[in-house]
Amino acid sequence: MMKKIKTIIWFLAVAFLIPLAANAAEEAKTDSTKPTPKDIIFEHLGDGYGWEVPFDHHHRIPLPVILIGKDGVNCFMSSRVTGGEKYVDGDKTFFIPKKGKYKGKVVQEMPDGSQYRPWDISITKNVCELFIACILVMLSVFYVARWHRRQMYKAPRKMRGILEALIAFIYDGVIKPTLGDRSAKFGPFLLTVFFFILYLNLLGLMVIFPGGANLTGNIAVTLVLSIFTFFATNLFGTKHYWKEIFWPDVPLWLKFPIPIMPVIELFGVFTKPAALTVRLFANMMGGHMIVIVLTLLIFIFAALGPVVTGATTVFSVLFSIFMLLIDVLVSFIQAYVFTMLSTLFISFGTEKGHEEKHKDNANEKKELESEPKEETLVA
Amino acid sequence: MELFTPDFGLVFWMFVAFAILLFVLYKWGWPVIIKGVESRADLIDKGVEYAQQAKEQLLHAKEESEKYVAEARKQQADMLREADRMKSQIIDEARVAAQGEAKKVMDAAKLAIAQERKEAELQFKNEVSSFAIDIAAKVVRNQLADEKAQTKLVDSLLDEMEKQN
Repeated sequence: MMKKIKTIIWFLAVAFLIPLAANAAEEAKTDSTKPTPKDIIFEHLGDGYGWEVPFDHHHRIPLPVILIGKDGVNCFMSSRVTGGEKYVDGDKTFFIPKKGKYKGKVVQEMPDGSQYRPWDISITKNVCELFIACILVMLSVFYVARWHRRQMYKAPRKMRGILEALIAFIYDGVIKPTLGDRSAKFGPFLLTVFFFILYLNLLGLMVIFPGGANLTGNIAVTLVLSIFTFFATNLFGTKHYWKEIFWPDVPLWLKFPIPIMPVIELFGVFTKPAALTVRLFANMMGGHMIVIVLTLLIFIFAALGPVVTGATTVFSVLFSIFMLLIDVLVSFIQAYVFTMLSTLFISFGTEKGHEEKHKDNANEKKELESEPKEETLVA
Repeated sequence: MELFTPDFGLVFWMFVAFAILLFVLYKWGWPVIIKGVESRADLIDKGVEYAQQAKEQLLHAKEESEKYVAEARKQQADMLREADRMKSQIIDEARVAAQGEAKKVMDAAKLAIAQERKEAELQFKNEVSSFAIDIAAKVVRNQLADEKAQTKLVDSLLDEMEKQN
């Protein structure tokens, strides 16, 4: 332990000496045409028509732009407009304005000089990442499923073992105890959600090509995910669930003649998915933002001279590594929490009335009785 | 604010991609895995249960075999004891029978000896008596060689007869 601490102290001492040495070789400050930190942060958190290439600020991997305008569909590669050029297709001109209402989005220049933004379903960086994640999830699941089709009773090892452990963790740890006999119906959806979010989170932490898009920190993605949960909850909602909303077990004056409780409950129906949306989005975006800001601190403090820059570099790098490691954990936790909350909401929605509940309780008791057997087997 | 307004394109693609993903996995992915995992767990449970039962049975079988061996030993010992008892009984019986037989033979022998002795005694008596008669005859003849003696004897004999009468 002492040895480790000594090593760390030594490492820090060297790290602080480097900037001092650099002080001798001070250089003149460069020009100030660089983008502001705010632009950089938003560029990293947001979407883009091309995909950045490491160590190159000018070239991007071109991706298709698809626009549905008033006069038909237009498709072209993003490399034609991301450099600031105007793309002319027949009598239509497309470009990305640098400022204004549609800053950073492809717009069509109308003959009168005004900007018109068509319906934009381009395969942007985020959409491309979305497809990659979908394919990865599919591949992973079929990788395990194939094993079960062919070699049912062999123990899965290596990657299959990890995936199976995750599946069992979610299915047996979250879905089954909450949903019981309904888990076969909603389990696939929840497992898909879990793996989809987990993969997107982890891909988001990667800096270069197959990753790097901040998708779960994008409100559109989390919104659609919680809309799915919303539909799963309400489309399969039982009589009991709807009764709890419109005629809850509260004193009569709370629901008649002014329906206070029903209004609150109905409001809750919509706030649940909204909360889901915001918490995943905010958590993931926050994590990304902290890492970027920590990195940017180096450049912000660059104005104060080499010594400060060096010290900031050490701290920023250490902290961003720390944050990235925490983000790996957070990636998993957020995927888990989203799945767990969705499971809970669905279980509220599909809860049965009291008579049927008794039946369920009996089943649960049976399960409890059978559980000690498993323990003895493990022992 | 750009971050907080969902982008139409992304929402659209997200919806499409996730719906397809969900459909595909719902149909061909998860059910297979869930069923597979559960059936494998069942199989393992059954296997362990079976192994435990087998172990128990084996233990039981050992006990049983030991019991059988002990029983067989006991039976063997019983049989040996029985045989021993029968042996001594037979010997005893034989001894008793032999004794009876011997006694009979002895009795017969004694009887024969007694008979023979009687006969011998009788014969001896006869012989002795004939000897005695011979001797007596000879003696008498010698003593009654003269007339006087004869008359004297006759006289004494007559006297005796007279005295008796």
